[in-house]
Amino acid sequence: MSVRRLAPDAVQPEQFAFTTENRKKAEAIIARYPAGRQASAVLPLLDLAQRQHDNWLPRKAIEHVAELLGMAPIRVYEIATFYAMFNLAPVGKYFIQLCGTTPCWLRGSDELKAAIREELGIGMGESTPDGLFTTIEVECLGACVNAPMVQINDDFYEDLDKARMKALLQAFRRGETPKPGSQAGRTSSEPAGGPTTLTSTGAE
Amino acid sequence: MLSDKDRIFTNLYGLHDWRLAGARKRGDWDGTKDIIAKGRDWIVDQIKASGLRGRGGAGFPTGLKWSFMPKQSDGRPSYLVVNADESEPGTCKDRDIMRHDPHKLVEGCLLAGFAMGAHHGYIYVRGEFYREAERLSAAIAEAYDAGLLGKNAAGSGWDFDLVLHRGAGAYICGEETALLESLEGKKGQPRLKPPFPANAGLYGCPTTVNNVETIAVAPTILRRGAPWFAGLGRERNTGTKLFCISGHVNKPCNVEEVMGITFRELIERHAGGVRGGWDNLLAVIPGGSSVPCLPKGACDNLIMDFDSLAALKSGLGTAAVIVMDKSTDIVKAIARLSKFYMHESCGQCTPCREGTGWMWRVMERLVTGDAEISEIDLLQQVTYQVEGHTICALGDAAAWPIQGLIRHFRPELERRIVARKSAAAPRVAAE
Repeated sequence: MSVRRLAPDAVQPEQFAFTTENRKKAEAIIARYPAGRQASAVLPLLDLAQRQHDNWLPRKAIEHVAELLGMAPIRVYEIATFYAMFNLAPVGKYFIQLCGTTPCWLRGSDELKAAIREELGIGMGESTPDGLFTTIEVECLGACVNAPMVQINDDFYEDLDKARMKALLQAFRRGETPKPGSQAGRTSSEPAGGPTTLTSTGAE
Repeated sequence: MLSDKDRIFTNLYGLHDWRLAGARKRGDWDGTKDIIAKGRDWIVDQIKASGLRGRGGAGFPTGLKWSFMPKQSDGRPSYLVVNADESEPGTCKDRDIMRHDPHKLVEGCLLAGFAMGAHHGYIYVRGEFYREAERLSAAIAEAYDAGLLGKNAAGSGWDFDLVLHRGAGAYICGEETALLESLEGKKGQPRLKPPFPANAGLYGCPTTVNNVETIAVAPTILRRGAPWFAGLGRERNTGTKLFCISGHVNKPCNVEEVMGITFRELIERHAGGVRGGWDNLLAVIPGGSSVPCLPKGACDNLIMDFDSLAALKSGLGTAAVIVMDKSTDIVKAIARLSKFYMHESCGQCTPCREGTGWMWRVMERLVTGDAEISEIDLLQQVTYQVEGHTICALGDAAAWPIQGLIRHFRPELERRIVARKSAAAPRVAAE
């Protein structure tokens, strides 16, 4: 199991509250679940809070969500530290999650780490001094037939190699948002060069 | 080989319109009302007769699972929960269903929900699949707008609401009771069974949890008839299956094929074969990271279905086929999986919480040969002490890949230990 802790007090903001817009969103989310079962909304609300707060979750946000849902703060602390997608400390504008599990490793995820090291000068778990990039190694992201791949914020970038990884990083640094998905020209998960199935007319 | 007319996921690759209009052209939502009019017993019987077994890994007969739900409510509502927490390393099929054929899943939810007496369904999507959740969410909204969900869904007289719920990064939530805990707003730690979810699941109410693919194939089975599905594949291993072929093949891909296709045909026909040719094959993990690997010797006539792979002490699992060629450091490949299970253990049961870390540390030493020969046996014994001694199957899943490695690659483990020892031994000067 992985042990995760809240960020040190020095970086914790003094307060957190949902914006008016997010407050409305939060209420709509809570309404999806049966009356009295509002705790079910805890993951979506923590996600909403993280999105409002530069992609990381401060202690005050966790407490705000607890209060909103009528949950004991400890219940929400333990959730925030249990689920890996909640960033408990500040991360860069571009948050790069590199899949290092076996299917990606077999296809060269180590090469992607090298590309990140060479292009950004950082290793896994580190951030660039300009606050633009943070990279971490994560467990299988579920795009194994398009390995190796990384997730940058909400998007998957697939079929990478060292050169394509560097090109991606350069594009982000220029402020561009490269098109997600395969970087090798595939539509999605079909074999490279075109599908071997669903080719007969009338499949539509 | 399966012919295109027998393929269920006709937009697997997203080459066509995923929206309702496109889905309808492909036959989705056709006569849904008439299927429901035949009654819930008819639906359950058809699914039973089709031989459909759960596509999430365990392979439990789906119709039987649905039949466990109460026929008469005791006042508590029944729930359908769809497990879209696809996280088993090697597996990326449900992702394609959600982003390219979402209406198959949405229609399947209505039919399955009706068949188990549920007016409410939840789809639990892994948090990292943000774009897939957006797509599925849009498909659900379209279905509501078209009257296919909600009150009198699809004109059937059955009310059915469907809610998409995103997870937040925890492999363990793919275990059905951990998923229910997570959906209730808790840490995803599995529950003891019994009670089984069909008796006390979500919010303590009768619940059935099914994999995305299982639910998404149901409408087509009900439209084309159980004999059609049962006629594909082999006895007890019927129908079609989405395979995810990753690793050292020339063209990794997802593909829908018939159950019981041979491994060699599967990868040579669709994935361009093993990198460097068939003889360059070292081993395969045939069903996602949790199942034991098989060496090339077992692959020549390997049949890809539940029972054939179980007979070889491996498994079909999620049908995620991870291919490794002779360049692979097989010990490192398995050690990386050990690290995965260590990271993903929820920490609830001691054998798993402590065992996964212990096994990973030994595996890391076996990678470099920094171990004693006797530790191979010790490691094997420990895997058997973790297996079967935990609340959920994560402990088993952590044990099996190591057991497979020791079963098939023991000489390689020993070779590394001997090589390291001889390199470390003081050299006797010959000069």
